[in-house]
Amino acid sequence: MSKKRIYVGGEWLIGSTDPADVFTPEDFSKEHEMIYETTMDFVRNEIMPQMERIESKDFEFSREIHRKAGELGLLGTDVPEEYGGMGLDKVSTTAVGDAMGRAGSYAVTHAAHTGIGTLPLVYFGNEEQKKALLPKLASGEWVGAYCLTEAGAGSDALSGVTRAMLSKDGKHYLLNGEKMFITNAGFADLFCVYAKVDDEHFTGFIVPADTEGVSTGAEEKKMGGHGSSTRPVILEDAKVPVKNVLFEVGKGHKIAFNVLNLGRWKLGASCTGGAKQCVSEAVKYAVGRTQFNKPISSFGVIQNKLATMTVRAYISDSIQYRLAGLFDDKLDTLDGHAKKEGMENAKAIEEYAVECSISKIYGSETLDYCVDEWVQILGGYGYCSEYPAERSYRDARINRIWEGTNEINRMLIPGTLLKRALQGRLDLLGAAGKLTQELVGFSPLGVELPDTPLAVQEQMVAQCKKIGLMTAGVAVQKFQQKLIDEQEVLELIADLAIEIFAMESGLLRAQKQLDKNGEEGAKYHIAAVKVYVDDTVPKIEKWAKQLLAYVEQGDTLRTQLAAVKKLARYQPIDAISLKREIAERAIELEAYPLFF
Amino acid sequence: MNIVVLCKQVPDTESKIKLLDDQSGFAEADIKWVLNPYDEFAVEEALKLREAGKAEKVIAVAAGPKRAEDALITALAMGADEAVLVEDDLFNWAEAYQVAQALAAALKEVDFQLIICGKQAVDDDSAAVPGMLAELTNIGQMTVVSKMELNDDTVTGWRDVEGGAQEVLEGKLPLIVTANRGLNEPRYASLPGIMKAKRKPFKRVGLADIGLSSLEPKTKVVGWSLPEPRAEGKMFEGNSDDLPQRVSEVVKLLVDEAKVL
Ligand SMILES: Cc1cc2nc3c(=O)[nH]c(=O)nc-3n(C[C@H](O)[C@H](O)[C@H](O)COP(=O)(O)OP(=O)(O)OC[C@H]3O[C@@H](n4cnc5c(N)ncnc54)[C@H](O)[C@@H]3O)c2cc1C
Repeated sequence: MSKKRIYVGGEWLIGSTDPADVFTPEDFSKEHEMIYETTMDFVRNEIMPQMERIESKDFEFSREIHRKAGELGLLGTDVPEEYGGMGLDKVSTTAVGDAMGRAGSYAVTHAAHTGIGTLPLVYFGNEEQKKALLPKLASGEWVGAYCLTEAGAGSDALSGVTRAMLSKDGKHYLLNGEKMFITNAGFADLFCVYAKVDDEHFTGFIVPADTEGVSTGAEEKKMGGHGSSTRPVILEDAKVPVKNVLFEVGKGHKIAFNVLNLGRWKLGASCTGGAKQCVSEAVKYAVGRTQFNKPISSFGVIQNKLATMTVRAYISDSIQYRLAGLFDDKLDTLDGHAKKEGMENAKAIEEYAVECSISKIYGSETLDYCVDEWVQILGGYGYCSEYPAERSYRDARINRIWEGTNEINRMLIPGTLLKRALQGRLDLLGAAGKLTQELVGFSPLGVELPDTPLAVQEQMVAQCKKIGLMTAGVAVQKFQQKLIDEQEVLELIADLAIEIFAMESGLLRAQKQLDKNGEEGAKYHIAAVKVYVDDTVPKIEKWAKQLLAYVEQGDTLRTQLAAVKKLARYQPIDAISLKREIAERAIELEAYPLFF
Repeated sequence: MNIVVLCKQVPDTESKIKLLDDQSGFAEADIKWVLNPYDEFAVEEALKLREAGKAEKVIAVAAGPKRAEDALITALAMGADEAVLVEDDLFNWAEAYQVAQALAAALKEVDFQLIICGKQAVDDDSAAVPGMLAELTNIGQMTVVSKMELNDDTVTGWRDVEGGAQEVLEGKLPLIVTANRGLNEPRYASLPGIMKAKRKPFKRVGLADIGLSSLEPKTKVVGWSLPEPRAEGKMFEGNSDDLPQRVSEVVKLLVDEAKVL
């Protein structure tokens, strides 16, 4: 097999990707499949039947589940073997998160523990710290938590006022302050705490929960995730040995941002698993529920919902596993020594910071969309807690808020892309320049498309990239350094980028299926992508025009709007019939129909 | 001593079964294949015995088409030490006697004292292979045990019998024991187990390799049918005024149409 090409972060905006290079759920190895199945079995047998107990905040019980998860290896996929984990690839971690996404509040405990609770050590711990602590986290003997947020420092996380002062004998730091909204706080053994040394140098500390001067406040009363613990963590002259500084004094932001990248991707995966579960549960209910002497699954409006949910979940799934594949390919290029260096790993992962934000935004919004429709398909029963839709609806909402709100993540996408362009890592400017020339003589009527099932969609994704590049280019030229203050413009650019990556991820997956299994074998993949592109192209056109209408005026505006219109020229397909086919397939299987 | 566990691959009970158009079999496309749940009890029991120091190796054995390797890999991931697959497409639609002959031939090459397997497979529920295999290998059998102990050269087994009573049996090795629900709580394939499975010895043999040229069946499947779909429920709506009328309507239908009264 030829070596896969390594794509740089954001490259998909300006170039095309070979479907053969993309990882899709259909590429699961036997091991990936078994890892997914073991996690699903664990969720089905150990967690779902105990949901009420978990929801009642029986934290002793949550710890017991956590230990069992540790025994099975479900906490150690990202922890290297020499520290008690398994050091598996990122696809394996995605598969665990995907399956775990159905686990209600335990999914929160699990995600916080394996993500923000463990990864700071994996990537930034020194040898001694990793040897001492990681085996306990990987086995589930310990529960980890991450203390970044403060009452006055949420999205602006670096503005925290928790301080760390070196003791006179130079042996300890004394930490003072109060952290807010800390997941797992009520039963955690180990906190990763951020504080400013001398009120200035933002630094990460490893703080065991039994450290003198560390306590937790009252449980928050939350909308959802009732079985997860969320408390303030109070530090009053907490005495932390100097050897517990994580990485370096003044380099806490490096830890925080890198860990957030990974947290975002993991969150995207678990949200997507949750969304697929919504589809399966909603279909099962719709098949069994009779009104007007018919199963409600036979009604067109319900089928439309089931199909739209399926398509969104499919696209989200395609994004999550594509990103896992990008990580794995990139990490594979590290040589033996670098592979062992946490920092080198973190750097490789940072390459895909934009994709991590997309994964988080897209996953959380897909889940929210799907839980909402699940409730709706259940009607009044969806509103009652006897059915799991009600809890899932409440549980889902937090995902748009934490790990960087979706607004913050949207601001990060254009910001990061531009930074990369200025650093010369991503040739956005060159591509935009080429495009301007190309647009002069461009006519969509002159384009001859090959006679393949997804030719139109491939063409439209390429056109949408041009629209994105053109409008972003116009905005950059106009506002230059001041673009950062034009948040509505940034938001539109982010949405353009998100949907371009989303469409393309689905397209590449379907193309890969098509290449492997032919048109019949890839039937539902093709249908899903056609439906999604059909729905998205008009949105792209609308957003681009909104952006331009703000930025430009007069003749320039008219020329640019005409260019967008030309690029977005697209004849709608019969999406209703395709959606019926997708819905009927889901009804036939009584499950989300596009996995394996 | 070594323990052999027999591992059949069966459709997951949640899979939707669809017959082929000519009714000659069922469509495999949408089927999810798993290790027979009763065989999982067998694997678990063998692993426990090994962990208690009463056995050296646990060898998972199956006869099946290529896809059946997945059932064996599951057993390896749970902790079995080695696997043997008698591979032939014939086993796609094999009946019990064919399977028993193949297993018996394959086991000639295997050093074992005890065979444990599920009391039946949840796909065809025929429960015939263990008995036939006992006959063909000329060893004893102890069926449907929900508790067992392995002693030096005997097995003590507990069977649930009618009315909640238990029967206690003792059998001399070599022996086939078939596992009932309740025997144990099968473990999950852990992630380390899954990653190790790939590196364990896995032997594939064809029929010719074990000295078989053909496998004569004793019975033949001549047809399949699915259960009738459940008829729709019927509502008799009205208010208390016409209740007697509705009751007689219901009774009439129960007698004339449903013919249950
Ligand atoms: C249940 C729960 C568990 C949590 N677990 C943890 C944990 O384990 N560890 C931890 O450290 N934190 C945790 N958090 C904190 C969480 O990460 C923060 O709540 C989140 O980052 C948002 O901060 P905030 O609540 O202060 O909102 P704010 O920052 O005040 O934001 C309010 C609104 O303003 C918007 N906004 C803010 N700044 C900007 C901007 N520059 N541009 C545009 N819009 C902006 C936001 O998007 C949001 O809509 C948790 C929170 C909850 C609710």
